[in-house]
Amino acid sequence: MTVLSDLITAMTRGSVRVIDLTHTLDPDFPVIVLPADFGQCARFRMEEVSAYDHRGPAWKWHNLSMSEHTGTHFDAPIHWVTGRDAPNGATDSIDPGVFVGPVCVIDFSAESARSDDATLEPAHILAWEAEHGPIPADCWVLLRTDWSHRQGAAYLNLRDDGAHSPGPSPEAVRLLLERGIRGFGTETVGTDAGQAQHFDPPYPAHALIHGAGRYGLQCLRNLDHLPPTGAVLLAAPLKIKGGTGSPLRVLALIEEPAP
Amino acid sequence: MARMGYDGVVLTAPHTEPYARFSNETAHWWIARALRGSLRAAGLTPAQIDGFAVSSFTLFPDTPVALTQHLGLSPRWLDTVPTGGASGVVALRRAARAVQAGDADIVACVGGDTNPIDGFRTLLSAFSRFALDASYPYGFGGPNANFALLMDAYLTEYGADRADFAHVAVAQRANALNNPHALMKKPLTVEQYLSARPIADPIALFDCVMPCAGAESFLVMREERARALGLPFARLRATIERHNAFAEDPVQLRGGWAVDVDDLWAQAAMGPSDMDLVQTYDDYPVISVLQFEDLGFCTKGEGPAFLRKHDLTITGDLPHNTSGGQLSAGQAGAAGGYIGLVEAIRQVTQTAGPTQVENARRALVSGFGMINFDRGVCSAACVIEAGA
Amino acid sequence: MTDTPPKRKDPRQRTPVPLLPPVQRSRAALGLTLAAAEGRFALQGCAECGAVQYPPRDACRACLSTDLTWREVPNGGRVVAQTRIHASPDPYFREHLPWRIGTVALDAGVPVIAHLHAAVSRGDRVRMALRLDRAGQGVLIALPDIEGSAMTSDPTLRAMGTDPRHRRVLITDARAPESLALTKALLAAGAAEVRLGEPETWKAWDGRAAFDGLAAVSLHPLDVTDTGSVRDLAAGLGGKVDILINTARHERPGGVMTGDLTRARDEIEVGYMGLMRLAQAFGPAMAARAADGVNSAAAWVNILPVQALAHDPGFASTVAAGAAARALALSLRAELRGAGVRVMNAYTGPLDDDWHQPLPPPKVAPKALAQAIVAGLCDGLEEVHVGDIARDLADRWRRDPRLLAREMEGGLS
Repeated sequence: MTVLSDLITAMTRGSVRVIDLTHTLDPDFPVIVLPADFGQCARFRMEEVSAYDHRGPAWKWHNLSMSEHTGTHFDAPIHWVTGRDAPNGATDSIDPGVFVGPVCVIDFSAESARSDDATLEPAHILAWEAEHGPIPADCWVLLRTDWSHRQGAAYLNLRDDGAHSPGPSPEAVRLLLERGIRGFGTETVGTDAGQAQHFDPPYPAHALIHGAGRYGLQCLRNLDHLPPTGAVLLAAPLKIKGGTGSPLRVLALIEEPAP
Repeated sequence: MARMGYDGVVLTAPHTEPYARFSNETAHWWIARALRGSLRAAGLTPAQIDGFAVSSFTLFPDTPVALTQHLGLSPRWLDTVPTGGASGVVALRRAARAVQAGDADIVACVGGDTNPIDGFRTLLSAFSRFALDASYPYGFGGPNANFALLMDAYLTEYGADRADFAHVAVAQRANALNNPHALMKKPLTVEQYLSARPIADPIALFDCVMPCAGAESFLVMREERARALGLPFARLRATIERHNAFAEDPVQLRGGWAVDVDDLWAQAAMGPSDMDLVQTYDDYPVISVLQFEDLGFCTKGEGPAFLRKHDLTITGDLPHNTSGGQLSAGQAGAAGGYIGLVEAIRQVTQTAGPTQVENARRALVSGFGMINFDRGVCSAACVIEAGA
Repeated sequence: MTDTPPKRKDPRQRTPVPLLPPVQRSRAALGLTLAAAEGRFALQGCAECGAVQYPPRDACRACLSTDLTWREVPNGGRVVAQTRIHASPDPYFREHLPWRIGTVALDAGVPVIAHLHAAVSRGDRVRMALRLDRAGQGVLIALPDIEGSAMTSDPTLRAMGTDPRHRRVLITDARAPESLALTKALLAAGAAEVRLGEPETWKAWDGRAAFDGLAAVSLHPLDVTDTGSVRDLAAGLGGKVDILINTARHERPGGVMTGDLTRARDEIEVGYMGLMRLAQAFGPAMAARAADGVNSAAAWVNILPVQALAHDPGFASTVAAGAAARALALSLRAELRGAGVRVMNAYTGPLDDDWHQPLPPPKVAPKALAQAIVAGLCDGLEEVHVGDIARDLADRWRRDPRLLAREMEGGLS
């Protein structure tokens, strides 16, 4: 027996399950909204090429258009100015081994329920480590906020001073990077808090994590189905030449407790 | 300069091809039948015809040029006469001068059209550019609506009422009952006229003609030729023709006859009271009334009163449209421009049979045609007299 | 009486197939249509001797000059004859009988045959108007000499026009600056219902609350850049769009060499592709319902930057997208012509909104745009120019499009 055949057996028996952390690519799914003067993120769009009709009698297919950062998506280091020179920092040059790895899930849902602007601080991370042990090096860290349960305008939560959604403080990001994490993922539309432009540095998750050559995941869901530790994350972006990110299917493998 | 007379020119061999409400035959067929009728009446062969004048709306895509080949004719004089209800008189004017000048010896003048189902609408739909641009888009009432406006203005201007026009229609129906080929077979009363279904106020059903298929034909030749053939004939005493008269009148309450009426009677050396019968162009009674006025029988606006004083039937003191006219015999397209003239030739040659007016010798025939936009553009008239 | 709201449809009855009055015209007579499309009262006249003539001709009836022009003339007249037509061989008019027409002696010196408003009869002084009929051709109608409330309920005008009264309207983008004013103006004009499309319902916006509580007004998800969304709303509304007003547009300043490709694409996606998506989803049903009683489908309205008649270096890509949309709208007009659904293009000068903030006045207030559109619908127009700049540009464009293009090289200001 090999490790992989053991894995297949476990999956067949149901003791290892696949959790889908991905939102459906839907034209109605929100994208990040930047100030009107900036370029904007394209929403997901699909146009029918044919549908078993005169344009193609036996087949149906669509042309798609979207941004690299539409829907559940991956951020490569070169997405941010701080990571522009990161080695192997684009979607087509990242070592594919990075796309499969261990994951820690920090449950920040209670704080997020109390405040739209809940900020993850080092204290929260230290408290998590006190309970679950230190965050291992080269591990994905996902921030569970249950934000993916929100629908419509409540998801972006735009007000006249911008979006309001939870995210990490610069100090928290620095602490995670001290732990040597592989990447950081959230349920919100970005890895940063809605009001993160007011941090120093602004958008610390983007600035610091990509500056360190690490990766981001956003618009995740079903984080409430993952254990704090012990799951394996599969997140392989499309191999876009010089891509700064990519919509992708994010999966997690979890072990069911023995019956 | 005084116009030349028509001495030596005669009209003969009138033929009416009996009308049909609808026909699947072509205009070519109808014209051939009528031409053959005149030739038979004259004892001539087609090869003896050296002049040919044709009026038809439904020959398309052909013209009278194509008709010569179609019918095997080889005339040395050919004319297309597109003046609608004035075509009979206008064709006669052209033919008479051709015969007088020796350009042709025998001219056959034929007006004929077919009428397939929906043919009238199709004909109207492409009648004229002004009609397409400025008349049909307004309710598409066709000539009914144009003459309704004319009649409405007439009633208002001269204080007439519809009953005044019943007199014309009822008398013509009475005449038609003597004409076995008339499409209308039932008597018409004033009450029926007045209570008829409205078509375009104040025009009602019995103000309108029945579109149909049919053809009319006659021959024009020199008097000695007619005598040699042993044909009864009519002499041509006077003619007039006018187009687009009184263009500034907001509504047509007078026609081109009013311009030329003095010339007509001067050339004829006769007056209205010398006429034994009158054949007006009668697509609506109101236009017949206009002709009586404009041709000098009475003053403008006095038409209704004048006509009521006269009996317009065959046996009356002023026989009018003795075959029933278009109102009761039917309107066979361009043949409607010939119906009065062909009947008048029969009358003065004493060959009208059941519609014959006793001792008829002199007839006035007038034509009116082509509602190009809001009014009839062409007017014409002629006076004919029995040959010796 | 057309002034009472229509009853609900009897589902057992077949929807009448839209028929048109006679559509064929000579080239000269199209001058009437061009004037009617813009709500002007113009007749053909001779440039040499000045004679006014009707019907339009190819030469002057007074002096035979072929130098003929169209000029605005006094629109007064007097009805000298009238008739009520009870019988017509034309299928369109057969459905509308009886139909009244009259002969009107125009103050301009020519007699004409004209449609008669119900309140007009022989002997009356009248105010003549050129209107587009259901075939989209210019026709003359004699109206009462004074404006009155009877105007909207006249069956002849109703049959020809695109009056919003009793009709159900779809405004495609509730977020457009004029959409609220448009909604209120339509309701004031008697529209039965106003539905508005709301793109990106996940993006909160301040203006939304203003639509709350307006009777007969509702918001529906609709994003003209999303084919599925457009189809979904068309399917959901079925045949309940009598007038469609496309307010969706994406306007950004910028030139060509320094312009932004993603913005240009957005402009095309919204302005051009959006129009095409709407036309494909809503057009066929509207075309099928063009004879569907009092609240038949009647009009399609596009809002275009007037610079689309030429170009604008300050809004190069926006205006180019507008020009593309204009060309598409003209083809759509040709396609909907056969059904009798009118396509109105409302050309506007720069709006007094965020994206035109640095431009100097005059600018078009959103409310003015809304009122111009509703007035245009009431008059059944095809071409509306809103604001001084739009009127001026259109005037220069009519006179010499090439000169306008050259003049526009300096931009609008």
